[in-house]
Amino acid sequence: MSSEPRKPRIGVFKFASCDGCQLTLLDAEDELLSIAEAVEIAYFPEASRAIGKGPYDLGLVEGSITTHVDAQRIQEVRRQCRALVTLGACASAGGIQALRNWKDVDEFVRVVYANPQFINTLKLSTPIAEHVPVDFELRGCPVNKGQLLEFVTATLAGRTPNLPSHAVCLECKRRGVVCLPVSRGIPCLGPVTQAGCGALCPRYDRGCFGCHGPMESANPTALTVQLRSLGQSSEQLARAYRGFNAWAWQFRKASEECERK
Amino acid sequence: MTAHVTRTIEVDPLARVEGEGALYIKLAGERVSDVKLRIFEPPRLFEAFLRGRHCSEAPDITARICGICPVAYQMSALQAVERALGLRIDPAIRQLRRLLYCGEWIESHALHVYLLHAPDFLGAQDVVALAREHRAVVERALRLKRIGNDLMTLIGGREIHPISPVIGGFTRVPGVAALREMVPALEWALEAARETVRFTAGLSFPDFDQDYEFVALRHPEEYPVNEGRLVSNRGLDIDAAEFEDHFVEQHVKHSNALHSVIRGRGSYLVGPLARFNLNFDRLPEVARAAALEVGLKPPILNPFKSIVVRAVETVFACAEALRLIAEYQPPPAPRVEAPDRAGVGQAITEAPRGILYHRYALDDRGLILAARIVPPTAQNQKRIEDDLREYAARFATWPEEEATWKCEQAIRNYDPCISCATHFLRLTIER
Repeated sequence: MSSEPRKPRIGVFKFASCDGCQLTLLDAEDELLSIAEAVEIAYFPEASRAIGKGPYDLGLVEGSITTHVDAQRIQEVRRQCRALVTLGACASAGGIQALRNWKDVDEFVRVVYANPQFINTLKLSTPIAEHVPVDFELRGCPVNKGQLLEFVTATLAGRTPNLPSHAVCLECKRRGVVCLPVSRGIPCLGPVTQAGCGALCPRYDRGCFGCHGPMESANPTALTVQLRSLGQSSEQLARAYRGFNAWAWQFRKASEECERK
Repeated sequence: MTAHVTRTIEVDPLARVEGEGALYIKLAGERVSDVKLRIFEPPRLFEAFLRGRHCSEAPDITARICGICPVAYQMSALQAVERALGLRIDPAIRQLRRLLYCGEWIESHALHVYLLHAPDFLGAQDVVALAREHRAVVERALRLKRIGNDLMTLIGGREIHPISPVIGGFTRVPGVAALREMVPALEWALEAARETVRFTAGLSFPDFDQDYEFVALRHPEEYPVNEGRLVSNRGLDIDAAEFEDHFVEQHVKHSNALHSVIRGRGSYLVGPLARFNLNFDRLPEVARAAALEVGLKPPILNPFKSIVVRAVETVFACAEALRLIAEYQPPPAPRVEAPDRAGVGQAITEAPRGILYHRYALDDRGLILAARIVPPTAQNQKRIEDDLREYAARFATWPEEEATWKCEQAIRNYDPCISCATHFLRLTIER
């Protein structure tokens, strides 16, 4: 007597990353057991020995592509997933490891490893979307737990997730956080960074450092001018844009503009 | 005659560890002829791209080595940089950092004890399966884990990659009232942790005492977290600045992974077992009593019992958090100024899974000239393989699935964090 509808099957896949975004699932302590009742977590090696073969209704992908093997593996993961969603800055923008993209990766490998000939790595660290079509990108370093839960809940209910695409600035205004650059001269990437953290850093007296990556209509060129007037050097600004979302095109362009000046 | 057949045990991927690894064991009859804990986590090259970054960025950047123990990375990085800059840190800041670290210990230990390791002892594939038979236990686990996360969130802004710790202190420190609000939850957590000690002590353990060199920090008064000299049960007693004189990376023929060894001796063990055995007298009374109640006293030489020791350390972390909150006085300023200057600084702190070493060389603008990071899993890797060489032989004639599971459990004794180890371990692609 099994008239219950089939539960959606979820797979969690890891590429080059710190594991923090998939840990966010396990950090949903209050919701974990009910999520596990609503879906079949078929593939999640960080949490389970059980390996459920594909296909999967939803694939959650953490990490960037940095090796030949992973470049092939993501193709197979894509084939196995009806919908594919990236979790966090590595998967959505290449992550902090994309700092290699401006340097000589062979020299990098020699610095870290004694036998560089054993290391097989690509010259670039690239986001998943440079390899396969991605249905949705969850931003952040790490992803925000509230956003992840909203995404999973909405997907299960068949509705569009309510995830903002405006700047962190708006979150400060909404929460009544006094503008750090304007009132205290603290450099802040809030005007160009996508919301989703609830203006976390400004609430802790710290300028935004861009965890959630550039908002779509970001204008870093204008922000660069403003931040220079606060005394930031070209070198400092290039480093500021070159963080966890360095390879996202808006930040990439902004950092290269700063380097040229 | 199966006993003389050569067979292999392969686990790929290795589950319920943080990161991507695989295990390869070759058995010739009942003898283990080869053990490889293979790391296929891609290298991320942190030490290379840290060069040229400002020292104030080291804590945030290195936190991204590991989402499971970001506070450990932040604390080792902060203290190494502060040493290079010759900064003096306010005692209240020091206490607040210890409190933040207690949150990470509670969260990480609860995660490993209940979600990653206990399923092995109880024959479950994962925590969801475990919850079907032990719902109350899993609910206790999740609540305990959450309290660790809440403590980190309160001080650090968020539990994964906290944002408030900076060179010289914090961007913002909590008020007394906000911290006091955590007290009832932590009192519950302390009880839950004591219950966890009883629960884990009731699991069954194979007889597997080994001869280890235990390495951990030791502090004059405290159970070690952020500070202390590095000591071992074989006479090591050094400052963090001497670490690289005593510990070397060795290229072992049977494996292409770098193994950390003590110069002139060999493999060693870091983590809860080492801390407990070397610092039992530094545990607060409540944690010592919880250990003694279940007959746990040093030396513990059986790595499978690390799950009980983690529970005892969770009792410690809860009790210590309560003490630190009771004594908390906000510092006069959240941070001290950190003017740029040239220098070299090293620091070691106790990540939940063992000691984490950082060294930075800075130029006069505070830019990083060189960085070195030695994470706990890299240090335990040789020891894990040594354990398996011993342990796997027992299962030479067992069916594949059961033998494999036993070996996995022995690896998980170390709570290995492969994401941490990889930028340091050698990755090989066989052709």
